[in-house]
Amino acid sequence: MQDHATHEAPPGVRAVPDAEPVLEVAGLAVSYVTRAGEIPAVVDFDLTIRAGESVALVGESGCGKSTVANAVMRYMGRNGRIAAGAMRFKGRDMLAMSPDELRRLRGNEIAMVYQEPFAALNPSLTVGRQLSEVPAVHHGLSEAEALAKAAEILADVRLPDPERILAAYPHQLSGGQQQRVVIAMALLANPSLLLLDEPTTALDVTVEAGIVELIGEIKRKFGTAILFISHNLGLVREVCDRVAVMYSGEVVEEGAVEDVFTAMRHPYTRGLFGCIPVPAADKHARPLSAIRGQLPLPHERPRGCNFGPRCDLFHAGLCDAGPVPMRDAGDRDDAAGSSHRARCLRLDAIDPPARRRAARVAQTGAQTGDVVLEIEEMQKHYPVFDRSILAMLQGRSVRWVKANEALSFEARRGQTVAIVGESGCGKSTFAKVLMGLETATDGAIRFEGDDIAEAPVTGRPKEQVANLQMIFQNPNDTLNPSQTVGGQIARVIRKFGVERDGARIWARVYELLDLVKLPRDFAGRMPRQLSGGQKQRIGIARAFAGNPSVVVADEPVSALDVSVQAAVTQLLMDIQRDNDTTLLFISHDLSLVRYLADRVVVMYLGRIMEQGRTADVFEPPYHPYTEALLSAVPVADPSIEKTKIVLEGALPSPLDPPAGCPFATRCPRKLGPICDETRPPDHVRADGHRIACHIPLADLEAVRPVFREAPAPASAA
Amino acid sequence: MSDTSAVRPDVAPRPPIPEAAAPRGLRARLRGPLRPIGGGLALLRESTVAMIGAGLVGFWVVVALLAPWLAPFDPNAQFVPFAPPGAPHPEGGTFLLGADHLGRDILSRVIWGSRTVLFYAPVATGCAFAVGIVMGLLAGYKRGWVDDVLSRLSDIILSFPILVLYVVIISTFGASGINIVLAVTFASAPGIMRIVRGLVLDLRNRDYVAAAQTRGESTAWIMFVEILPNARGPLIVDACLRLGYTIITIGVLGFLGLGLPPPDPDWGGMVNQTRSMATFAPHMTIFPVIAISSLVLGFNLLADGIREISLKD
Amino acid sequence: MLVFLGKRLAFMALTMLAVSILLFLLLEVNGDAVAVKVLGPYTTQEQRALWLTANGYDRPLHVRYAEWLGDILRGDFGQSIRFRVPVSEVLWPRLANTAILGAVTFGVMIPLALVLGVLAGMREGSRLDRSISVGSIVTTSIPEFASAVLVTFLFVFWLGWLPGTSSMNDGFAWRELVLPVTVLVLYGFGYIARMTRASMAEVMQTPYIRTAILKGLPYRQVILRHALRNALIAPFTVIMLQINWLLSGVIVVEFFFAYKGFGALLLEASLNQDIYLIQACAMVAVFVAVATQTIADIGYTYLNPRIRFA
Repeated sequence: MQDHATHEAPPGVRAVPDAEPVLEVAGLAVSYVTRAGEIPAVVDFDLTIRAGESVALVGESGCGKSTVANAVMRYMGRNGRIAAGAMRFKGRDMLAMSPDELRRLRGNEIAMVYQEPFAALNPSLTVGRQLSEVPAVHHGLSEAEALAKAAEILADVRLPDPERILAAYPHQLSGGQQQRVVIAMALLANPSLLLLDEPTTALDVTVEAGIVELIGEIKRKFGTAILFISHNLGLVREVCDRVAVMYSGEVVEEGAVEDVFTAMRHPYTRGLFGCIPVPAADKHARPLSAIRGQLPLPHERPRGCNFGPRCDLFHAGLCDAGPVPMRDAGDRDDAAGSSHRARCLRLDAIDPPARRRAARVAQTGAQTGDVVLEIEEMQKHYPVFDRSILAMLQGRSVRWVKANEALSFEARRGQTVAIVGESGCGKSTFAKVLMGLETATDGAIRFEGDDIAEAPVTGRPKEQVANLQMIFQNPNDTLNPSQTVGGQIARVIRKFGVERDGARIWARVYELLDLVKLPRDFAGRMPRQLSGGQKQRIGIARAFAGNPSVVVADEPVSALDVSVQAAVTQLLMDIQRDNDTTLLFISHDLSLVRYLADRVVVMYLGRIMEQGRTADVFEPPYHPYTEALLSAVPVADPSIEKTKIVLEGALPSPLDPPAGCPFATRCPRKLGPICDETRPPDHVRADGHRIACHIPLADLEAVRPVFREAPAPASAA
Repeated sequence: MSDTSAVRPDVAPRPPIPEAAAPRGLRARLRGPLRPIGGGLALLRESTVAMIGAGLVGFWVVVALLAPWLAPFDPNAQFVPFAPPGAPHPEGGTFLLGADHLGRDILSRVIWGSRTVLFYAPVATGCAFAVGIVMGLLAGYKRGWVDDVLSRLSDIILSFPILVLYVVIISTFGASGINIVLAVTFASAPGIMRIVRGLVLDLRNRDYVAAAQTRGESTAWIMFVEILPNARGPLIVDACLRLGYTIITIGVLGFLGLGLPPPDPDWGGMVNQTRSMATFAPHMTIFPVIAISSLVLGFNLLADGIREISLKD
Repeated sequence: MLVFLGKRLAFMALTMLAVSILLFLLLEVNGDAVAVKVLGPYTTQEQRALWLTANGYDRPLHVRYAEWLGDILRGDFGQSIRFRVPVSEVLWPRLANTAILGAVTFGVMIPLALVLGVLAGMREGSRLDRSISVGSIVTTSIPEFASAVLVTFLFVFWLGWLPGTSSMNDGFAWRELVLPVTVLVLYGFGYIARMTRASMAEVMQTPYIRTAILKGLPYRQVILRHALRNALIAPFTVIMLQINWLLSGVIVVEFFFAYKGFGALLLEASLNQDIYLIQACAMVAVFVAVATQTIADIGYTYLNPRIRFA
């Protein structure tokens, strides 16, 4: 453990510019050899990380950020190679290291945490064996010593009952626990550099908040240098000191997080910030602005600036002349300011943005239309057959998953109602029942006056089916890979009898392609020829083909990159407005919900915790769960400060939900036994704002808002 | 017996090629009405193994089609017993590959034998696939008791050692072409059902299937239009493997004396009838052995090549 | 676990029952055909009718089935028509011979296939991988009767090293076992090797192998501790199912090399329409196959902690 103690910054000390560099990368170029030739994935990449410093690499998929991480680990698969540049770890040349030297570095001095914790752990070895082999290999500890060390580190990553976890197999742990185990594994040899590759992307937002807090603790306690790879600007702000924004294989802007996030200079960085909704603002306060065009493929990159074709400030003859170097973009006078740099030739034409304020605009959401959809005490239980001896003896071989309990809410014409909650809250089950893929166990769903709760889709009249359509989550799954795009839309038109004559069906297909702003010749394409965003647009066209009155959108943009997300979201909202369609928007992304919804329904463990107009739900009084959910949202805007709440414990099983308030087991504001024993009453406020909680309304009203304006930082002056 | 080898699911992540850099396969570049056929052939060019396999199979298909014109003599006419390769034929010409113990020209018999095998093997495999696909679609899509019944039934049939099953069936009902087709269908359909069922269990959860359900499509439409075409990749690979295996089966049955009744030429039967005399006249046995092995090899290489290509994209 | 075991065993019994019904229907339902097979084709209608009555074939089907099943369960398979002795007297020694052949084949084939498969899968796409893959495709493409011809030419006629038949007339001889085993191994190893290779290659691509490598473990440890354990789960099932294949393979090989085993017996019985012997052989073969499948299922569950500790 003592072998490199001298390099560590003392606990609690922020990195200082003159601390010794842990990792220095200069002029790195990585390329992949494919059948199409050698493809440059990353070019001209510079990075220095000093002890105790945390640096973020952000960018959308395909920008090369994971390639950099793999290059730092010198793990690039058979077809990857480092084409140019230098890489030094604590002054030692990493590119000249033998495989054995590299092996001693990996896991010992440089450790990595991965995106999908479950896949990263060996399914057939216990956690204990997987952890203990790290100190056994690198420090020569005996098995007992290694296990003791592992137990110690598990406590460090805040896992309760380390002994039980050591004996467990990965599949016996929850996603959050698995990620803590992976982090523990990375920390075991006390590395000087920790690589975190999208460590929270696969996790729910409240679990993510816990991991983010843990990373903060690691920084303070161990002083480890961190390279944090993410697509989420909000997380970067919460975790890192410095940031490098990547686009199409290059860093386009880098600097201290507060500089880049308040005074972003590169047009791409600005575009990126324009694409992300802020949980403190809605569509009326700050509309999203998408970046036009698409990321160029590595072998189709333009001459000059890679962002040129998508840039509003593009200047022919200048931006497409040749490679663009990094230039100083410092806006501070002090010496440290010079670390803010951007890869843009027209920096002088770009002013640092004025500090944006989240203007509060009165709610103007549609409230007046007729009620289209009315859900009343809807309940959905699934049987689960337990075939163990114990269950048979107890006569409990059939148990019920209570996926939805007593759901009641309504949606009006032209309204957007968001259903939010984390995985397992029952929002997708609700969508299935609504669409008739499942039937409700009890209660009513009145759609334009008819109760459809117990009618499977095959038993519903054609007009009703056409009137209630759905947009799906996964762009790669939403279209049938073996049918043309046009054929799939035409099938819907024919099926719903919108048009019968062949020529008119195709005319309608072209109309729909126009509607989703795709060229008409896409009708003849196969889905694999389309990008994710384009596929999602076709999914929208297909859902609107039968002129539905209600569209259910199940996380329609969550699998897309942020710049694409903004464009698809905007498109969906435009079509909805023009057709006066009711939109049920199922999502876990509260910023997005805040942005586009008129009303919000917050679900937890199959029940509605809170519902009301968006503005009401995002302001106190909150349900304690809503408050925790909001506080877990990473916010990129430095002008916003937020309350920090990290939930303890795991989601209870829907087989055996708590008898009282479902949130009682994890609630930071729990009153006492009453929460465990009695169902909470609904506090009813104006405009249908309902909160199911035992805490008196007055106390809930006294809670501070989660999002607040931050005091202006001194540097902006 | 190769019922599991075809379904190696393509879950293994490929080497880290950045998403945007993934080369667009030939598939994306081919368009137009002939795409399915022209595209299929063009795709094979990406794999040497597949090209060799297609060459071997193509060779035997051409031989079988042109048998009446290619075969120098009547395959059942008896001339000079044990004539060695290159010996002159009494009616003029030569026994290129020699003659068998009854004096029949081996080349002609090998050529005509390809007709037998390339007729019965595809017909039998085709029947097995028709039955297996319908069973698999029903079991995988309907689930519940349909799945239980079909799966148990196929478990029982698959628990027979396959050749034991053939021997029992053929010895009970007699050796004839139609019985071979029925026996192969009976024995192979359960294996095909398992593969299809596995694929359907995965595909039925795709969003486009849910989309079809939410617009009220019928079960048959969903099974045959939405699901089946997307299962074709692994099924084509399996069909090639199974064709090879059915050819072996027909050969083995012929070899064991349970095949098509004589005198029509059948590669397995030729080996059986002549092997006892192989000490002094090896040419009688060796050529049918080479014929059957090369044809099976062709199908196996083709299957491997197609799988390799499908993993690349 | 106990419930699972019980369920597997019950299912095995059920399968055997279903198979026995199937066999009974296939072979015994038409009493007249049985009489022809037992008495020969040149008997008169009266003779057959007399025989049928004498042997209880005029009773209802389910009674006959129950009696037939009871006899089989007691080990009484009836009288062999060809050998003119009780079936069990011919069956068990032949089965023992086949067990020897099978055991030696497995002893050679499994280690060979696993080692080659692991080596090929460890570095997918390498030259070694390519040669092993193509080699195993070639050997599995040659039917047993064809490779038997080829090895006989090579080792018996040309080199003269080994005997061409394996009838063991002068007692057990290892030399006579070499060729049958070679043929079975040649045809069978490729399949296991390819399954192992596919499984290994898949495991080598998984994120947890990347984790193991990036933990800085020595390559040996990555392979032995992290990869093999997961990669060998799938081949294990395949290996057990190979016993099923072996029961098919021995028919050809024993016939070819005149080895006095179970496969040759079944073939002889079916060529001679020895109906009771066919029944016995089929039941025994299915029993062995079903039993190994049950063991495979149980083993798979045991090897895979995701199922074991669900």
